[in-house]
Amino acid sequence: MTGQTSGDWPLWEVFVRSRRGLSHSHAGSLHAPDAEMALRNARDLYTRRAEGVSIWVVPSSAVTASSPDEKDPFFESAADKPYRHPTFYEIPEGVKHL
Amino acid sequence: MTTTAAPAATAGEAVATGQDALRAAFDAAVAEDTRIEPRDWMPDAYRATLVRQMAQHAHSEIIGMQPEANWITRAPSLRRKAILMAKVQDEAGHGLYLYSATETLGVGRDELLDKLHAGRQRYSSIFNYPTLTWADVGAIGWLVDGAAITNQVPLCRCSYGPYARAMVRICKEESFHQRQGYELLLALSRGTAAQHAMAQDAVNRWWWPSLMMFGPPDDESAHSAQSMAWKIKRHSNDELRQRFVDICVPQAEVLGLTLPDPDLRWNESRGAHDYGEIDWSEFQEVLRGNGPCNEERINRRRAAHDNGAWVREAATAYAAKHGEAQA
Repeated sequence: MTGQTSGDWPLWEVFVRSRRGLSHSHAGSLHAPDAEMALRNARDLYTRRAEGVSIWVVPSSAVTASSPDEKDPFFESAADKPYRHPTFYEIPEGVKHL
Repeated sequence: MTTTAAPAATAGEAVATGQDALRAAFDAAVAEDTRIEPRDWMPDAYRATLVRQMAQHAHSEIIGMQPEANWITRAPSLRRKAILMAKVQDEAGHGLYLYSATETLGVGRDELLDKLHAGRQRYSSIFNYPTLTWADVGAIGWLVDGAAITNQVPLCRCSYGPYARAMVRICKEESFHQRQGYELLLALSRGTAAQHAMAQDAVNRWWWPSLMMFGPPDDESAHSAQSMAWKIKRHSNDELRQRFVDICVPQAEVLGLTLPDPDLRWNESRGAHDYGEIDWSEFQEVLRGNGPCNEERINRRRAAHDNGAWVREAATAYAAKHGEAQA
């Protein structure tokens, strides 16, 4: 037996802010025994070429996702509301700053 | 649930109809080139094919650390040593991206490593060749990584989202690998007569195994047709191999090195290079475990895993002690 293996460690989702002024985006995932090691591993794994100035790690188990099976009904209510887009409205030609 | 099956329909029929709808959604996503994501329904065979291919790919990355790591302590300068360490570290990173992507298909990391260690999953046969001289580090970068890039760039458009995303990241990093190898060979080729001969010898030994990296000819490739239909694969083995040969010929000229194939010549009518017969019996032998380094590579991998056990145990104990582990 080789004892504990990394697969027993929880999975973490890694979010990287590539530079100041931008939001964190999902970069990938990794295994780590705790949050501190997850951060260190994330630095080595996802920012070897200065891809980030800030990292978040979140336990994958803490993520609640919408169900792919229900994706159509779940997002349907947005589909029939074109009046939420500025292009829905007809404005006479020549009107400026609108 | 809001199924509106006719009252006469049995439960079994309702399930079958549900499966048909799921399969239709999958087929449509593949046809429209939208990606399949982990929680989408997919055919069992699609999932199994991806696990096989992605696991083999991940294993290749981490086994691929060995032939080059062999030269880290003997790199001829601090510059070359730093480059080589960065490259080997990248290979570890590529392995981890791919293991993560494979895990999205419902297989555990441990299971994948166990299968590698037990010889039940493969890695690329190219890594069963030895790195005899420093020039081999250059030949691996130029030819082996070059062949890998030719194979991998189309995988950035693979139908399975997590695999495609991992490949985008990997391809960006592979470009450095190939260029450092080319530069290394160029330095040797333009060096002393002995250095030039060393570079030529390395190219002579790595050329044919690199061509084998694209896999068997199209008419003998077991998985190709289905993988192309699923858009896991975008080009055939022979098509990619031809592309690689055509790319390498002018690059070899600039290097001042020759490629070890007397039949290699430009074919005006095809607009491509003709090249000699590949010795597929050698490929089959290496696949069967009879390459020069098969045993050494897998033993080294097992030892690295076993010798690293205390580090994993210590990290787990530390996390438990500080109460931060998230089960």
